[in-house]
Amino acid sequence: MTTGTTGEPIMSARAVRKSFGPTQALDGADLDLHPGQVVAVMGPSGSGKSTLLHCMAGIILPDDGSVTYQGRELSTMDDSARSALRRNEFGFVFQFGQLVPELTCVENVALPLRLAGMGRKPAEAKATDQLARLEVDDVAEKRPGDVSGGQGQRVAVARSLVTTPKVIFADEPTGALDSLNGERVMRLLVDAAKATSASVVLVTHEPRVAAYSDYEVVVRDGKTRAAVGAA
Amino acid sequence: MCTVLGMSIGHALLGLLEKEPRHGYDLKRSYDERFGKDRPLHYGQVYSTLSRLLRNGLIEELGVESGGGPDRKRYTITDAGVTDVEQWLGTPEKPDLYLQNTLYTKVVLALLSGRDAADVLDTQRAAHLRAMRELTERKRSGDLADQLICDHALFHLEADLRWLELTAARLDDLAGKVRP
Repeated sequence: MTTGTTGEPIMSARAVRKSFGPTQALDGADLDLHPGQVVAVMGPSGSGKSTLLHCMAGIILPDDGSVTYQGRELSTMDDSARSALRRNEFGFVFQFGQLVPELTCVENVALPLRLAGMGRKPAEAKATDQLARLEVDDVAEKRPGDVSGGQGQRVAVARSLVTTPKVIFADEPTGALDSLNGERVMRLLVDAAKATSASVVLVTHEPRVAAYSDYEVVVRDGKTRAAVGAA
Repeated sequence: MCTVLGMSIGHALLGLLEKEPRHGYDLKRSYDERFGKDRPLHYGQVYSTLSRLLRNGLIEELGVESGGGPDRKRYTITDAGVTDVEQWLGTPEKPDLYLQNTLYTKVVLALLSGRDAADVLDTQRAAHLRAMRELTERKRSGDLADQLICDHALFHLEADLRWLELTAARLDDLAGKVRP
């Protein structure tokens, strides 16, 4: 696989297969994620790129093949170990923020820390810092329904980063935003990830979003095609 | 190689000759049908290109049929010619505006010759994305004028990439059309 990077990957998917009923979503997908790097997973709708993200994040288990994180095979972990991994080591950003509507923005960002057992005050202090880094601390006390799409998505990015994850999974993080807001989200997400040496799996069908990545993998009909031969 | 709007006629003729030996007239007709609908080749272009390919050892004459005249010569591609086509198909075009003509020709010739046309598209995608990464980086460190100039280029390259994706999704259909 040509990735333009060397060294041991922090995470690898090998020959991953996954079916949903009669539909073969993944049919032999490979991906290496290198420390501190952003990989864009590209491909048309229905190609299997989100399924690959879900398999890598341990949200679903492959039918066949392997996904390893720091040398550990995800499928051999029990549910609680995989949940702990997702809570402590991984961060998530989805297309539509998926913020809890009843909580304020700062409470949303503090939520992963609270779930990990941190007290309310230190968690919210950390969340406020993170909101400031994403240039959205002015909406800390508002609820998600009262902020714009771009602001909400930056709050979601802040939530994904607050636990200082090793890997951030971003599934079409700018899919619901206009160009200017999408660009701002990408710039802040990539800067924040680079600042903490986090790796990012960025699922997108938008080339301008993929241009924020260090390298790309293309999924087509459930199979990955790595970037080839370009000098 | 002679180019029209950035397109290499020499490589296109070589690619067509790879399928089977042809007369100059056949080559012109085949080229015009596949790639030259809006801009058919002149006979002069065909014969000057063929004589250069001949001189460079990329094609050779198979013989002259009775009747005489330049139209009666049949040409075949040499091993060096095949290697030349191979290299051309495997080398991404410089990401630039209005590349579709060349890329379409490469994809069709890859399909005609039984090569993996998806590789041509993947190689080009990688080159385009690399150019887009450079522009994105320049934009991030530039002033507003830089940002606007880079955005213009980025949107155009993105249009190319969308065409590459759509073509990739239609390769099977296209293969059916060019290889009946």
